[in-house]
Amino acid sequence: MRRLTVILVSLILSVLPLIAGQAGNDVHHSNDVHQVGDVHHGNGVLQGNDVHQAGDEGKVDVAEMIFGHIGDSYGWHITEWNGRHVVIPLPCIVRSSTGWHVFMSSKIEHGHEYEGLFIAQEGRYEDKIVERGADGGLVRPFDISITKNVASLIFGSALLVILVLSCARWYRRNDAMEKAPGGFAGLMEMMIMMVHDDLIKDSIGPGYRKYAPYLLTAFFFIFLNNLLGIVPFFPGGANLTGNIAVTGVLAICTFLAVNLFADRHYWKEIFWPDGPIFLKCPIPILQVIEVLGMFTKPFSLMVRLFANIMAGHAMILGLVSVIFVAAKIGPVIGGSMTAITMVFGVFMDCLELLVAFIQAYVFTMLSAVFIGLSRPGDQHEDTSCHPGHNA
Amino acid sequence: MNLMLPDSGLLFWMTIIFAIVFLVLAKFGFPIITGMVEKRTKRIDDAIDAAREAEAKLSGLAQEQEKLIDQARAGHDRILKEAALEREKMIAAAQEQARAEAGKIMEETREKIREEKEAALRDIRREVAVLSVAIAEKVVRKELSSDAGQKEFVDRIFDEFS
Repeated sequence: MRRLTVILVSLILSVLPLIAGQAGNDVHHSNDVHQVGDVHHGNGVLQGNDVHQAGDEGKVDVAEMIFGHIGDSYGWHITEWNGRHVVIPLPCIVRSSTGWHVFMSSKIEHGHEYEGLFIAQEGRYEDKIVERGADGGLVRPFDISITKNVASLIFGSALLVILVLSCARWYRRNDAMEKAPGGFAGLMEMMIMMVHDDLIKDSIGPGYRKYAPYLLTAFFFIFLNNLLGIVPFFPGGANLTGNIAVTGVLAICTFLAVNLFADRHYWKEIFWPDGPIFLKCPIPILQVIEVLGMFTKPFSLMVRLFANIMAGHAMILGLVSVIFVAAKIGPVIGGSMTAITMVFGVFMDCLELLVAFIQAYVFTMLSAVFIGLSRPGDQHEDTSCHPGHNA
Repeated sequence: MNLMLPDSGLLFWMTIIFAIVFLVLAKFGFPIITGMVEKRTKRIDDAIDAAREAEAKLSGLAQEQEKLIDQARAGHDRILKEAALEREKMIAAAQEQARAEAGKIMEETREKIREEKEAALRDIRREVAVLSVAIAEKVVRKELSSDAGQKEFVDRIFDEFS
């Protein structure tokens, strides 16, 4: 990991000044400033060249660039080479009013229309595939395209399965009774057992076994995709765990794990909590609070992970774009700002590595704690075991 | 920007892919690893327990051994003592017996000596009688060889008898 970071940082250090310089030159030579933003981040790729021109000549559209990155896109923009965007086209799968359409995203790049479908440039469905409705307005068809995030999701999931199964294969092939694994399997074992023993077993208490596979999957899924998100080049760099759909599904899984296997003490706590009678009998105030609590817990999980990762990406991108903004002011300021920004960027990248782990850890730990709270019966049976349960 | 609005396509794929990942890993991944590690942990714990037990047993054995040695030593001492006693007793008995035997032999010897002595005395007595008879005969014969003598003799005998 450290080596990876070093490589990553040195790559950024070596490449960015060149880009910054080039960007500065571009500003003098060309009016299409948005190309500058596009050098690094693929947002504007699929949009028309002329969309964001409106009068902001000489400015880098930082917000557009950042949101373009942390959002989603139909193609996977990798870099720009000799003034041409290198984009991996991804399959679009759309069910519109005319039936199913499956095509590559390159067909609808740059505002092209394909089979009545095109990408909205503004409005409610900005950057999404739309078609024209009967009344002339834009209609969003049912869209399950393999977008950049979905592609990253598939890649990350496949990687996760391969990593874990290769570790499990070691256990099939070797007699784990006789020796402990070394190398990669040893690293995986260490991390798995760290999560398994310190998080899951301690937070849930007895009966943790049923939940361990889900929580382990959630931890490694989040952790691996967080790390892939930090890698700035293909196939990393997608803002997957900073997407609310992804964190939402994870939070729903935790919600199901908490509520599907809860014991009767949990339901009693919700529908007849301890407290004064007048707070629950005529008007069920406590019950309302408890039921709300059922949903706010996973909701907080969803928003915490989403906001942390998204903010991390936005911060790093913001720092990087400072280079482009400063490059326009002048070579001296641009150069010094580049150096300062570089230091901050390195700091942010290191911080993001930490956050990648912490957020996965926190999500798993809170899920485990919520699950533990849904099984108070275990505590009644075995109070001595985990005093830190209600923390 | 609809950052807070989950995109339906991503939601759809995320649900499917995460479910697949979860099912695969829950079936073939994590339980195998954690199960094996737990088994190994248990085995190590068991081994430590067994080692502790063996140690305890060993120290118990050493004590037992010590006790056995002590016992053996005590037995040894006792046997030696008994043997010494026995020996002394036997010697004493033998001496006693020897003494008794010797006494008996002496007694017998003494008896024999006395018998021999008596026999000898008897013989001597007999010899003396014979001798005295012979002497008396000779004396008588000599005395009676003259008439005077014979007369005196008869007188004397008469004297004596009267």
